[in-house]
Amino acid sequence: MTATDVRTKVLDIIADIALDDDVSTIDDSVSLREQLDLDSMDFLDIVMELKKRHKVEVPQEDYPKLATMQSCVDYLSPKFQALA
Amino acid sequence: MEIKTSYDAVVVGAGMSGMAAAIRLAMFDRKVLLIEKHSIPGGLNSFYRRANRNLDVGLHALTNAVPKGTRGAPLTKLLKQLRIPYEKLKLSPQTHSLIRFPEQTLSFTNDFNEFDDQIKSTFPEQVTGWSNFVEAIKSFDETNLQNEYQSAKEKTSEYISDPLLLEMIFSPLMIYGSAWEHDMDWSQFVIMFKSIYLEGLGRPEGGVRTIIKLLTDKLKELDVDLRYSCELLKVQSKDDVVTGVFIKDRKHGELEVKTNQVFSSIGLPETMGLATSNDRAHPAGSMSFTESIFFIKETPKDLGQNATLIFHNNRDRYLYQKPETLIDDQSAVICLPNNYHSDGEMDEGIARVTFMANNDLWTSLSEDEYKAKKEEVSLKAKKLLAQYFDQEPTITYEDTFTPKTVTRYTSHYAGAVYGSPDKTRDGTTKIKGLVITGTDQGFLGIVGAMLSGISMANYHGLQGGSQ
Repeated sequence: MTATDVRTKVLDIIADIALDDDVSTIDDSVSLREQLDLDSMDFLDIVMELKKRHKVEVPQEDYPKLATMQSCVDYLSPKFQALA
Repeated sequence: MEIKTSYDAVVVGAGMSGMAAAIRLAMFDRKVLLIEKHSIPGGLNSFYRRANRNLDVGLHALTNAVPKGTRGAPLTKLLKQLRIPYEKLKLSPQTHSLIRFPEQTLSFTNDFNEFDDQIKSTFPEQVTGWSNFVEAIKSFDETNLQNEYQSAKEKTSEYISDPLLLEMIFSPLMIYGSAWEHDMDWSQFVIMFKSIYLEGLGRPEGGVRTIIKLLTDKLKELDVDLRYSCELLKVQSKDDVVTGVFIKDRKHGELEVKTNQVFSSIGLPETMGLATSNDRAHPAGSMSFTESIFFIKETPKDLGQNATLIFHNNRDRYLYQKPETLIDDQSAVICLPNNYHSDGEMDEGIARVTFMANNDLWTSLSEDEYKAKKEEVSLKAKKLLAQYFDQEPTITYEDTFTPKTVTRYTSHYAGAVYGSPDKTRDGTTKIKGLVITGTDQGFLGIVGAMLSGISMANYHGLQGGSQ
């Protein structure tokens, strides 16, 4: 699975949660919280959706690694690959 | 739908909080049974149909009515958590609402600055105190589940010394949510202050049905087993840990369902009454109401009234208490739903008049007396409306409900609309796995109720908070 695939999967989840936000203009290097209306409840949802849809588990101490789209892709890619 | 013999969670009551809790649990693949004693959903915010007309119960206004995209607001949070797009609410804001006391009138809109300016010009000597008070409210974390109970009137008196201003600010907030008489818990007061004055009031086009439909559609989409006319008989537990429930419906009779988690929205004393033998630790609430609904030929605007809500009070002080008579006719709330900015779908004028009422006195009446007293309430409501309309409305249909009606359809003890004065802020009870959601968890209003269901489902069901 390529980095682009992982990005698409994460973006799909974010689009479903922040459903009134425009996710097409996300800057991958800027904090997601700054660009979208996402709070801690929503990050928990991202984690739960990753587990539900892709069986990817994110332990609580790793939540900060989901801060930007780039850090999500960097952190999640090996996890997706391990499952492939 | 057949009821299975075992579920991950059973949610009791298909009101706003129960439906929201069930949606959240089912979204993350929990197998959920949602039971509702009544034949339709909604609980305290429901509807009925008479003479080809839709009558709403509850929902004078949706509080927290912020515009689309307002960051961090409770309404935005709740829509995201339930995956409901903002537009689907078809929310229309209020025009303005009045707080009417004998010597003074204040009006507020969804723009807090207008209210702020008005208070500053009407109560010039309170300006500094009022400003500090608003700052204290803005910076308070009212949804922290660990907050201690504290008197809102005492806290407010630290900032505001004019009793008239204090009473005027309190009156809409108390009658829209307080289970306590005469006062409110500070956290609940802050919830209400923010949701009504700082955020605002709106109405979904179509009234409460629009919200209920959004929720029931989600429940269907997520395959929640939703059972109407199905009653909770008993919560089973062993060594103070939930093991299941006994339920009853017409088709199956009595049935045992195994589960380790029960989310109950039927009230704290009501739930504990079914979970333990002889639990009388939590008192029933005392605040109940009558409401008369009038359908009129004219619109309220035709009759010279543009306000959406009128918080009417005929005394120097505002008495928020269980009255010693059937109703207290010296104060009331008048709701004129045509006076939201868009009333596109309403082809008749509607006026709703709410009085505080004494449940014990209403339940002690004989059937004939009950009918006659309902008539009297309707007459008093009409008389009050006459004060706010500049000509006589032509009433085409009317109905009145009383605390007895509330008890009958919601199973809340004593018709207590805002539940017990005892709340369990983190939702826990002495039985592990038995969680309280809704009004007795302590968030208020329709938005608060849904957020309560969401937070309790997240905390106890999805994150295993109490385990």
